[in-house]
Amino acid sequence: MPAKQTRQRPPRRTRRRRRIPAALLVPAVAGLAFLILPLAGLLARAPWTELPSRLAEPDILAALRLSLITATAATALSLLFGVPIAWLLARGDFPGRGLLRALVTVPLVLPPVVGGVALLLVFGRNGIIGAWLYERFDITIPFTTTAVILAMTFVSMPFLIVSVEGALRGADARFEEAAATLGAGRWTVFTHVTLPMIAPGVLAGAVLCWARALGEFGATITFAGNFPGRTQTMPLAVYLALQSDLEAAIVLSLILLAVSVAVLASLRDRWTGAVA
Amino acid sequence: MRAKPVLATAAAALALATFTACGGDTATDDGAATLTVFAAASLTESFTEIGDRFESEHDGVTVEFNFAGSSDLAAQITEGAPADVFASADQKNMDKAVEAGAADDPQTFALNQLVIAVPEGDPDGVTGLADLASLTFAACAPEVPCGAAAQTAIDASGTDLTPVTYEADVKATLQKLTLGEVDAALVYRTDAIAADGDVDAVEFPESAEAVNAYPIAALTDAPNADLAADFTAFVLADDAQAILGAAGFQQP
Repeated sequence: MPAKQTRQRPPRRTRRRRRIPAALLVPAVAGLAFLILPLAGLLARAPWTELPSRLAEPDILAALRLSLITATAATALSLLFGVPIAWLLARGDFPGRGLLRALVTVPLVLPPVVGGVALLLVFGRNGIIGAWLYERFDITIPFTTTAVILAMTFVSMPFLIVSVEGALRGADARFEEAAATLGAGRWTVFTHVTLPMIAPGVLAGAVLCWARALGEFGATITFAGNFPGRTQTMPLAVYLALQSDLEAAIVLSLILLAVSVAVLASLRDRWTGAVA
Repeated sequence: MRAKPVLATAAAALALATFTACGGDTATDDGAATLTVFAAASLTESFTEIGDRFESEHDGVTVEFNFAGSSDLAAQITEGAPADVFASADQKNMDKAVEAGAADDPQTFALNQLVIAVPEGDPDGVTGLADLASLTFAACAPEVPCGAAAQTAIDASGTDLTPVTYEADVKATLQKLTLGEVDAALVYRTDAIAADGDVDAVEFPESAEAVNAYPIAALTDAPNADLAADFTAFVLADDAQAILGAAGFQQP
């Protein structure tokens, strides 16, 4: 399998020092500066001495914990439903596939606050599904942690779908066909051939999805409201802190940033470590 | 063919945006000038009307508004945004501008009080704060003025009512009610009136403990200092006070 070959090839040999063309280097450096400078602005303005006392605040710890749990749950849901959707879009052969692909990206374009209202119209107390849940089982979804996870999944799943679909389209379908001619069932082909081939794409999609969920604000505050410990995630805490205290808001943003970078870096080490 | 008007509109909008971003231009010889007023979001309807009235009484003067949350406006002003007048929805954010030396001698021009907003016809029969104990209700977060007022009123009532959500601003709080997700919402009387028939406002005595005062001040670095003083006086005078009264504000 070519996928294995690339992995076994010693990486150093191919990465001999090459001169980077100026046509790439200049825009790359300018772009990096554009991406990194706002962060530097936050770092410069941050009141570092306040950091330990902020971290000790129970509300902040609760918000941080809630953010990590809900973003992870949203990523799990996105994987569960998003990978099959991506497979349908990449490999399925049915009319209206182009339209479906466009519809899947709607949450990317929709302003998140509108997404939140849309979720309320479906899952709210008077919503299409929500009204039935409320009358029949006395279940209300808005203002609960479940609502936070649903809002995050709604806005972040498209990132996973788009990235997994791209990986599927890039993967060589002949390996799947070969496995099928050798007698493997469709499910076996998917789990033993397709999934290992597109694993990097799935992982990249999951990381994007998790990061987007972690930063989610508009749909969450609209659909799930804001209640400490139950629906108040870090971005909500940051926004409210911003109403009264700019520096507190910066400290909170930096905590969120540091935690997410630490989680992603450690995951990456573990993942690449397992492969090597 | 159809693209042309769109392009023209876009160009006009862009030109306008650039113009606004540059702030109020200084007065020219024939008295034409643009006055830039930073006003709290809750003043949107009444100040737009007051601005029209002011323009009709001052030849060649255009009043531009920047409506946003008072804390955002205070931050923009202290960071040097070119504005002539600041009208805040609370004393705290006006104090920030005064402490930074950006505003001087603020005066209270309106008062606003909380009401319990309920669906039209008051289906749950709410008559006071105590009735909220058995209902779900929304309130603003304590970090924003309407939330601080709500907490003060709840404390004054001696109950320990807890809303189901602490919203980021008063419009979002009211929206939870109009969408039917909560049975009641603690909002300003002006917001309940602006919702125009969709909601009823139930007055409650404890709101008197948390009356919100709206201060206005001409800014020290105002590009049009004289006009800024005129506008501030105009807002405090009878005509503007009548407009504010119709919107649900009380006179100071």
